[in-house]
Amino acid sequence: MPDVRVANLTKKFGEITALDNINLHIHDQEYFALLGPSGCGKTTLLRLIAGLIEPDSGEIYIGEKRVDNVPPEARDIGFVFQTFALFPHMTAWENVLYGPRVKNFDLKKAETIGDEVLEMVKLHERLDAYPNELSGGMMQRIAVARALAAGAKTLLLDEPLGQLDAKVRNEIRYEIRKMAKDLNLTAIHVTHDQAEAMSISDRIAVMKKGKIVQVGTPQELYLQPSSLFVAHFIGESNFLEGSVVDSSDGELEIELRGGVKVDAVGGVGKGERVVLAIRPEIFAVEVGTHRRKNTLRGKIDKITFEGTFIRYVIRFESQDSVVVIRPSLAETWMSIGSEVTLSFEPKKAHVFAYPAAGLMEEISV
Amino acid sequence: MNRRMLQRKITDALNVLSSKKAVKYAMYLAAVILFFVLILVPPILGIAIKWGTIQQVLDQPQIIGRALSSVANSFAIALLVSALDVLAGIPMAWLITRGKSKWLSILDTLADIPFIVPTAALGYSLLLFWNDPQQGISSLFGGSIVSTGWLLVVLLHFTFSYPVVVRVLVGALLDYRKEYEQASRTLGAVPFMAFRTVTSPILKPSLIAAFIMSFARSLSETGATFIVAGAFENGPVFLQNMKQGFSDGLVTQATYEGATVFASVILIAISCTIFAFIRIFGSKLKLPFKGMWPNIERKLSYSKAAFSRNTITMIVFVAIVLLPALFVALPAFQAVFTKTLPDAFLGSGVWSDYWQSLLVSYGLGAIVTVLGFIIGLPMAILIARKKLGKSLSALLDILVNIPLIVPSIALGVSLKFFWKDSFPLMPEMLLLIFAHLAITYPYIVKSMAAAFERISMDMEEAARTLGAKPFSVFSTIIMPLTKYSILSGAIMVFTRSVSETGATVAVVTSLRTAPVVIVDWVKGIVPATSLEIGLGCGLLILLSFIILFALRLVTRGKGRY
Repeated sequence: MPDVRVANLTKKFGEITALDNINLHIHDQEYFALLGPSGCGKTTLLRLIAGLIEPDSGEIYIGEKRVDNVPPEARDIGFVFQTFALFPHMTAWENVLYGPRVKNFDLKKAETIGDEVLEMVKLHERLDAYPNELSGGMMQRIAVARALAAGAKTLLLDEPLGQLDAKVRNEIRYEIRKMAKDLNLTAIHVTHDQAEAMSISDRIAVMKKGKIVQVGTPQELYLQPSSLFVAHFIGESNFLEGSVVDSSDGELEIELRGGVKVDAVGGVGKGERVVLAIRPEIFAVEVGTHRRKNTLRGKIDKITFEGTFIRYVIRFESQDSVVVIRPSLAETWMSIGSEVTLSFEPKKAHVFAYPAAGLMEEISV
Repeated sequence: MNRRMLQRKITDALNVLSSKKAVKYAMYLAAVILFFVLILVPPILGIAIKWGTIQQVLDQPQIIGRALSSVANSFAIALLVSALDVLAGIPMAWLITRGKSKWLSILDTLADIPFIVPTAALGYSLLLFWNDPQQGISSLFGGSIVSTGWLLVVLLHFTFSYPVVVRVLVGALLDYRKEYEQASRTLGAVPFMAFRTVTSPILKPSLIAAFIMSFARSLSETGATFIVAGAFENGPVFLQNMKQGFSDGLVTQATYEGATVFASVILIAISCTIFAFIRIFGSKLKLPFKGMWPNIERKLSYSKAAFSRNTITMIVFVAIVLLPALFVALPAFQAVFTKTLPDAFLGSGVWSDYWQSLLVSYGLGAIVTVLGFIIGLPMAILIARKKLGKSLSALLDILVNIPLIVPSIALGVSLKFFWKDSFPLMPEMLLLIFAHLAITYPYIVKSMAAAFERISMDMEEAARTLGAKPFSVFSTIIMPLTKYSILSGAIMVFTRSVSETGATVAVVTSLRTAPVVIVDWVKGIVPATSLEIGLGCGLLILLSFIILFALRLVTRGKGRY
């Protein structure tokens, strides 16, 4: 059964270190996403696992077998390319049958497999069409069908939805996950779209500048980000700078810029400079001035109606501002200029030591 | 009025002119008319004028037999050489584009070397290397290893087409999206299988293009072939022998003209048929994809086989292409240390003819390049931008290619018949210019059209929406983006004109270009010592090397946006 492991993997392109000592264990039959901004090394990692490029150092295992010296055709993987790479001189049907044919299956068996995978991707019309005659969504299905028909137990997908428009993308992503699950495949899915990764993955590795910064389930990454970068990259966060004025048993009192004091939870010592990360939906909002625990007061600066949600930008006296998101149906409308009171539960905010390189540098992609 | 203002005024005037539809269409019309009047129609009419002379040879079975067998030889050799060149070019292009060694850029440059040796000098070089019992590898075996004749012609044609084929295939492999190959590998194909089932079918148009180029060159080449052919005759050598026979008084004018028209018509007819066939059926030709031989193909893909493939590729390149092509440098260096060099520079003996011929060759090359650019430019725009609609533009595109596939000596013969008969007083230089223009026209138009096609229409339209008039669009957007590809097209025309022998000997009687002089020396028509021939070839190579090197300096790292 194919789990995929990489150990101490490093890859340089000239002076640039694309991957810096990567260690990762992807379980058998897991749907796993490699997520990060462009240039973070996620595609390089996928291509190393596929054998399309060779590592400078480190080990790669697929199942029990060490494969870093094995050519791609012997690694038993399926690969879906961002540009699909459908062979332009073959019809859709010939593309799908290519894997079984080069593996020298007899024609009958190859065609049976072809029928099965096409059933799975729900594509039976236009099989005699050449790739340049197909729509993006169809090419995508054929690309997946082709990878599946080769019979591999590990499916590698490089931004497989990147070329599709939003509507098709949202439909197909669940289908791909379902197919992988139905066939008991181990799937590794590279994407820069955090919503895509969150919605289909069992686990996600977030990458930045050639390193893995956090591995976890979507919930873990969202609710317990281990760094400012993850808090920023997964979902949305407000960052407020301050310093710890009191710390006991993990309960903190933090003085924000402008002198307002709030409570939070974390293991930071007194006197330290910190950044408070708070998700927009954590805040409770009330119009007017109210006496509550853990409050921030400000004025509504901007309102954006987004359908399901309303987004408010609230500016404090210190000129710092935060974004607050509320469900639009549940809301009594507030207007620009209204004075509001925000409050939040101390344990729902995340406290990070102020990064040495500065906040902007830390969260930059 | 200062220069800037003058420039401004001229630009404004041209812009106003270029905005007028009438002016634009007049220019395109002129280009099309010039193409028909100067390039396409004269050779056809030339043959037509002399059609009657065929009667003169029909009852001379010996001449007919010679003509037919020489034409057959031409096509057999062209076919063999092109197939061998493509076979040898694929692993070389693969090595250059996919190899990992840093020495490959040197190999890349070395592969161009036969290209800078003018073909007449190349023919002499091969003759020395393979045939001369005193020098070359033959001296090691105590006699000529390859006698003059068809085998030496095959070696020669293989050598001069090799760099062209490699260049085309390297370009194709660089443009080829590697993902196709990678997709094939991840689906379970070993490298050789991936090449056979995916890469080669996708690159098929380039493989065909390389084959055609090699084929056309082999059919056309005259000077060098004449040098190494000995008693063997292919089409161009037969035509050359007939001409020689006529000027030596061995055959009558009627026989000479009749045999020439007869052989030319057959050469032209067969090559047009073959190219039409390739054009129509080439795209439908499918490489068989039925069988899979995983074990054999795996063995062919890895370590030992790949190593020996690279080794064979290198041996073929060095022993059959590089060394023979450069072998003429040996007598050239020897000549430098004898009286031959001062003689050459003083222009005494055979040398005054030599220098004059160089002047003629390079002057002719320059004139033809400039004229070709001027009359070819509107045609290139017509073709690239499909100004006359899709089907008419495609038709023009095909017509423009015709001079490329007509053997150049046959083209020269018919041009001579046409112009000499229509305008008996026409100076030979003008005739030469027309002949070279006809031969090089496809090169300049094709390279410019290709360069224009690479510029997206968006770019032009963006400039237009920002307020640029047609002439400004051309001078500020299109020219800067294409000047380097156009420059390399121009250099190709120039070198082609300088080494052209077939059409040249066909049209002139008294004027001599450099390759004609070299052929005369080597064949003993003009007595010259081997040191003199060596130095003559060496100087020719040096000059074309300097020109190509200067071009590399000018275009290095530029022209790619």
